[in-house]
Amino acid sequence: MAQLDLRRKLSILADAAKYDASCASSGTSKRDSFGGKGVGSTEGMGICHAYTPDGRCVSLLKVLLTNFCIYDCAYCINRASSNVPRARFAVDEVVGLTLNFYKRNYIEGLFLSSGIIRSGDYTMEQLVRVAKTLRTEHDFRGYIHLKLIPEADPKLVEEAGLYADRLSANIELPRDEALRRLAPQKDAGVIKKAMGQVRLAAEAAKPGKRDRVKPPRFAPAGQSTQLIVGADGSPDTEIMARSASLYGGYGLRRVYYSAFSPIPDSSSVLPLEKPPLMREHRLYQADWLMRFYGFSAPEIGEAATNGMLDLAIDPKLAWALNRRELFPVDVNTAPREVLLRVPGLGVKSVDRILSVRRWRTLRLEDVARLCRGVDKVRPFIVALDWTPGGLTDAVDLRARIAPDPKPVQMSLF
Amino acid sequence: MRVAVLDGETDFDGWRTAARALRMAGVPPGQAAFRIGSGGDGLFDESLPLPAADQASFSVPKSFIDLARDVILHRSEDRLDLLYRLLCRLGDEPELMKVVTDADVAEAFERAKNVSRASHKMKAFVRFRQAADDNGERWVAWFEPAHRVLEKTAPFFVRRFPTMRWSVLTPDGCAAWDGETLSFEPPATRDMAPAEDEVEDFWKTYYASTFNPARLKTKAMQSEMPKRYWKNLPEAALIPELVAQAAVRTEAMVATPAPEPNARLAKTLSRINRDRAFEEGFKPSNLTELDQAVQACRRCPLWRDATQGVCGEGPRSARLMIVGEQPGDQEDLAGRPFVGPAGQVLDAALAEAGIEREDVFVTNAVKHFKHEPQGKRRLHKTPTAGEVSACRWWLDAERRLVKPKVIVTLGGTAALGLLGRKVAVTKERGQAVELGDGAKALLTVHPSYLLRIPDEAGKTAERERFVKDLKRAKALL
Repeated sequence: MAQLDLRRKLSILADAAKYDASCASSGTSKRDSFGGKGVGSTEGMGICHAYTPDGRCVSLLKVLLTNFCIYDCAYCINRASSNVPRARFAVDEVVGLTLNFYKRNYIEGLFLSSGIIRSGDYTMEQLVRVAKTLRTEHDFRGYIHLKLIPEADPKLVEEAGLYADRLSANIELPRDEALRRLAPQKDAGVIKKAMGQVRLAAEAAKPGKRDRVKPPRFAPAGQSTQLIVGADGSPDTEIMARSASLYGGYGLRRVYYSAFSPIPDSSSVLPLEKPPLMREHRLYQADWLMRFYGFSAPEIGEAATNGMLDLAIDPKLAWALNRRELFPVDVNTAPREVLLRVPGLGVKSVDRILSVRRWRTLRLEDVARLCRGVDKVRPFIVALDWTPGGLTDAVDLRARIAPDPKPVQMSLF
Repeated sequence: MRVAVLDGETDFDGWRTAARALRMAGVPPGQAAFRIGSGGDGLFDESLPLPAADQASFSVPKSFIDLARDVILHRSEDRLDLLYRLLCRLGDEPELMKVVTDADVAEAFERAKNVSRASHKMKAFVRFRQAADDNGERWVAWFEPAHRVLEKTAPFFVRRFPTMRWSVLTPDGCAAWDGETLSFEPPATRDMAPAEDEVEDFWKTYYASTFNPARLKTKAMQSEMPKRYWKNLPEAALIPELVAQAAVRTEAMVATPAPEPNARLAKTLSRINRDRAFEEGFKPSNLTELDQAVQACRRCPLWRDATQGVCGEGPRSARLMIVGEQPGDQEDLAGRPFVGPAGQVLDAALAEAGIEREDVFVTNAVKHFKHEPQGKRRLHKTPTAGEVSACRWWLDAERRLVKPKVIVTLGGTAALGLLGRKVAVTKERGQAVELGDGAKALLTVHPSYLLRIPDEAGKTAERERFVKDLKRAKALL
């Protein structure tokens, strides 16, 4: 085969990597490059260096080492039976691109994944080699996210954690049965075991109070995973339950949801339709409710119809409309966990309410100044100069708050 | 009107000194004005009497100073008046900064937020181009920040690129790093920066390839990457074309017929599927087979949220078998029974009873971890009678393979799993029960029960009883 030039390779291997939604560069240990011989810093907050017209951010150089793959996962553009062009980077090529992009301030670092070639161990070894070269030869202190090959030897995972900020193994399909059908060579059990191993390694890397020598570093930005939405027929409640179980079991920092999107040369067993972007958005909102608002997956599911979240209104509003007996609540006296359940009040708004009300008794206009729109909040709260009266229980409350359903955009298909 | 003249748009120290003097002179907010002059040392339109030495000075909360440092970088004309108004009001309302619902405070926070966002966007959107001079490689960027955030943001680039010589040129001024010191220079123009960089083509290739045309969301893109920045972003030139082609590319993907499945691959896949399937009624002939079979088990739904099935561990020739309830959080991750907190209690008790754990076959009545997720933890849940009886299949298989002489059950679930009936452990504890196949069962409590006893005396007493039960089991061997 003729040698592909580097730009062509970059094009193929970036295209092959883009269906992984993760782009975070946040939450790792703080570093700068003073006293070093290379470049790179991380300061807690992630930075998105560009946005593509799909609304997704470009924070990391997200590429595959190779898109050759011995697996045949129906939903994946790189599956063995797909006819996409194939390419493979040399280790030094990825290292060179990362540094060249980083020095021009295009990226925060590297997100490297790969098709499975030869074996899980071999593939993982190659990924680790890139990270190791960046860290040890070039003293690169930017962000590195490595994909975990679940079948790989635990020793390689440990080594990956030494160089990477974040590790991730993708569950992809919420239902294990669907994984068996659509990705027969993958084994959900093996993926979960790998995530369990990462959790144990991360816990072991936390220095104890009496440790005199710090244990070796292990992926300070933790691990994440991705679930594809709309490929396997599982309803939202099942997806949320799966997320809750993953957060609880493996200490994941994030579960990413990726609306299943048509791919070039796609398999006949999958739906060819527009990606369910609104559904993806609602799932992210539900995920936030679970992580920051004290909701459990079954609670959010209470307002679902046939297991599906309402697409027209956000899941918190849907829950509140369903549980009106709990409202209105008094913004001047209600505790934090109760305020967090008021539609339209975010974590920041609630924290501001709590701090201001020590000095002022809040009126409705004060609340309006602290949140993004008071219309959604009003029916659910009492303030110094405001009580919703019968509004909370009004039969047409949903219609009054929820915007008229917009005319549906013409289908692309 | 009293007018104070500042050194520059972002002369915070000048503003601070002048504002302090004005407030001490009792000048009300409407009567004070700030102008930007060229140098000078805070000249006042009308000479302002310096505060007398004995006049009480005043202090303001640190949060106001921090806020003001950001607000002054805002491009609005009236930002200095807003800050002075706040400074004066702080005299009567010392807690004012905490009242974020106040119109002035809210406005100041809003402007600080805009400034902080402009600084963040500068960190994101500066694009260096490579150049060279007599001393070697240099990196130069032309950037137009939304607010006057150059000085605030330049240290970020120092922390990130201390080994590079770089400068960021802006219409407000320039920041330059020579490898040792950061200096600020007068404003520049776009033509002072290099016009191109060959790596930009790679970057554009990457940008175009990482875009998914099937999920066009231009509004989301623009809210995060406002058009005002586009002219200095090399990749932004591609946006119109990418957007224009998106629909066509997506239609082409959808319209292309799916390829014929590869027959050889399909055969391999169906073999894999067959080999991993759960086979009802499969009788394993050794412990390794049993472990594999448990991983495929679908006799009850507990496999779904567990990491793996956890089988028993120990020599096949063991004469003593210990049966617990189910694997816990740690056991579920490690794939081995009794490695968590309860396992440590058991190990210590075994040692005290003079039993080597290596000689014992340790297992559980239920092979998967039943739990309920709560935030970042998993809370143990007791398996139902149905789940216990579904799993008896595997416990029986282990008994058939190991053929222990004595089986100690820990807690009610383990007793239920072994005997197949509900048992009050406290009543039947410590008595040997004939199992029919020549083996004897001995019932006792679960070690996690010992962990939950609050008072030390009770704990010690219960622990002694537990060790005694284990000694009794040893005597039966």
